[in-house]
Amino acid sequence: MTDAASPAPAGGSDEGEAKAPLSNKERMAIGRVSMPEQQGEVRAHNFGEVNLGLTYQLAMLEAERCIQCPKPFCVEGCPVRVNIPRFIKALRDGDMPAAAESLLSDNALPCVTGRVCPQESQCESVCIRTKKGDSVAIGYLERYVADWAQGNLDKLPNHIGARTGKKVGIVGSGPAGLTAAGELNKLGHDVTVFEAFHAPGGVLIYGIPEFRLPKDIVQAEVDRLVDEGVRIEVDAIVGRTYTIPELRETYDALFLAVGAGLPVFMDVPGENFKGVYSANEYLTRVNLMGAWNADSATPVLHGQRVVVVGGGNVAMDAVRTARRLGAAEATIVYRRSADELPARKEEVHHAGDEGVVFKYLTAPVEVLADENRWVTGLRCIEMELGEPDASGRRRPTKVPGSEFTIDCDLVVVAIGTRANPLLTGSAPELTVNEYGYLLADEYGMTSLPGVFAGGDIVRGAATVILAMGDGKKSAKAIDSWLRGEWPPTDPMAPEAEAAATPA
Amino acid sequence: MHPVVEREQLSPNVVRLVVEAPRIAKVRRPGQFVIVRKGPGAERIPLTIADNDPEAGTITLMIQAIGASTTELTGLQVGDAIQDVAGPLGAETHLLNAGHAVCVGGGVGTAVLLPIVRALAANGVSVTSIIGGRSKEWVILERELRAVGEVITCTDDGSYGRHGFVTQALQDELDKGGIDAVYAIGPVPMMKAVAEMTRPYEVPTQVSLNAIMVDGTGMCGGCRVTIGDETKYACVDGPEFDAHKVNFQELADRLTTYRSFEQAALARQADEDAKGACATTEVKA
Repeated sequence: MTDAASPAPAGGSDEGEAKAPLSNKERMAIGRVSMPEQQGEVRAHNFGEVNLGLTYQLAMLEAERCIQCPKPFCVEGCPVRVNIPRFIKALRDGDMPAAAESLLSDNALPCVTGRVCPQESQCESVCIRTKKGDSVAIGYLERYVADWAQGNLDKLPNHIGARTGKKVGIVGSGPAGLTAAGELNKLGHDVTVFEAFHAPGGVLIYGIPEFRLPKDIVQAEVDRLVDEGVRIEVDAIVGRTYTIPELRETYDALFLAVGAGLPVFMDVPGENFKGVYSANEYLTRVNLMGAWNADSATPVLHGQRVVVVGGGNVAMDAVRTARRLGAAEATIVYRRSADELPARKEEVHHAGDEGVVFKYLTAPVEVLADENRWVTGLRCIEMELGEPDASGRRRPTKVPGSEFTIDCDLVVVAIGTRANPLLTGSAPELTVNEYGYLLADEYGMTSLPGVFAGGDIVRGAATVILAMGDGKKSAKAIDSWLRGEWPPTDPMAPEAEAAATPA
Repeated sequence: MHPVVEREQLSPNVVRLVVEAPRIAKVRRPGQFVIVRKGPGAERIPLTIADNDPEAGTITLMIQAIGASTTELTGLQVGDAIQDVAGPLGAETHLLNAGHAVCVGGGVGTAVLLPIVRALAANGVSVTSIIGGRSKEWVILERELRAVGEVITCTDDGSYGRHGFVTQALQDELDKGGIDAVYAIGPVPMMKAVAEMTRPYEVPTQVSLNAIMVDGTGMCGGCRVTIGDETKYACVDGPEFDAHKVNFQELADRLTTYRSFEQAALARQADEDAKGACATTEVKA
């Protein structure tokens, strides 16, 4: 389990006042702190959290590095517009309740984002300090303050607005749905969240592993929302248990945030052999169903030699999970080069420390199996990078005659997902694009009035924070819709869109 | 929570449970299934909904004790409850509207077949059900099926009805002619044999595939089956498919993926049962 952030000493705020403020020159002289973490060779064999969290001293030192820009670029770089200098200032002043209140008023799930956001390509990438060295470690500080808040909710004021009597239904309890739920509830609306699985959290629960995002942290965030008045109905599959037209009769507005859903396979021979998983299935068995525990009622195949196909965050989660389940060899097969890896840098670095092997410029061509149809290897081909394609990345092409085999007993496919048609199939009036993703306007409204959508079901597979940005943006738009102010006057919507560059 | 309101032992290893699930009872269509999870830590198990009562808010589940998790479920008594029942999942059965249908059921498959037979009969289709088991005690739901059509029973040992497999009885029916559709639900070898038997007669044949599932909503892809040249997901595209296009070999093979885990779980369960028995003895002593 995770170590809680070390508490601020009781006299923290007095100490802060007693010190003379540092000059900017002094602040610039402080080097970026390192995140305390479990050693690679140790953590490769356990499911405990890798990053241990900053100590009080490290957090205070790092907070001093922020020079409190009058026009902070970091805020522009954040899809949910966290007022970063404000919470860091409160932290620096030793006022933990103020820091926590500031953060929570901007971000519904800070314990989550402090752990899984790709800060290096968002807030931290535009930090003024990157011009002369390392950015402020905004993500580490966010996590520090958020973890303190989770343990000290009684010290924080409750900002739930007067009830409006309006009902909002939210479909999906992942990052987009939970964020929207928190915001709308604060605004006084009655919120019910529908979750298809038996536990809320969506990808935070079934997808992201324990060692990166402990499940008790997610549960605590969910519990906080429920305590604030959000209702969650589990085992409710919209498109089957309920339909969109039916929910529209009961709710004044809907927010659809069901995620991307269907796994994409490689479309190579042999991928239905025993020992080929989608990353969704592999991670769901391990995370949601607890198969990392040998006594679990839900089984998962433990490969000795595991190949994970793909280079995104999900691929990193799968390959690092394989190491923890005992794989002696765990290999990433990625068709482009290290420069194009879409995963967060920290995950790639952590995977490397844990003994994961990276095979770049390599693509699968066939899954091999023995006479009992158990996987024995992955036949691959070498790739080279040609001209940039539509995504701006150099297009990989096969090198003729370069086929080779990686011996393995488990293949996990993590090359993306498609839209799940269950929900959209139950409401043909919803307009979708050629990939089946929902079309939504600048405020997040779909082709059905009062029905909004966000997260992966609109974007295609993206990140937790972009989904949360959609949840926050749509919540504000839904609030306007419910108050009869349409189009919304709140400028949040276009701003958030501009900041939402895919990570 | 979903309380069990009725329980009936149908055969030595098949139990019929009626459970409260008002929302599902209201919208369920024949052929659809639910995913149940008995309680914290339990597996998610797909089970076909055999019947629903929208008024009473209940659904009927027929459960065959095969592994540790299904054995736990069949052990539930009236008053016990299942924590999670999610659904209804899957597509509804494509039913004939007129003519003559032969419905072939093996083992617990007969229970899955019952709602289809009832729905066909309600459509005005004349139905011949062919059901079987190892011996008399394994033949289930004959009375219920007979209420809505003709029934031919078969036992492997000849202890009841025809001596032999359901497929032999089906062969005779095919030779008689006049069959507009065949519905077959049972063990994979049985469904495969039925598909091969009806193919030369060009009789449209539907089977219900019991692939391995986790979520039941298309998210994990564990239930993927090959239908013709295409990969389909049994949970959202099925569970029923054109028998003449199903790759049964692959299905049978994928169903063995967790066999060693299942055997270990059953052994653990037997162990615990044995320990439980000892404890009881000690208390009594």
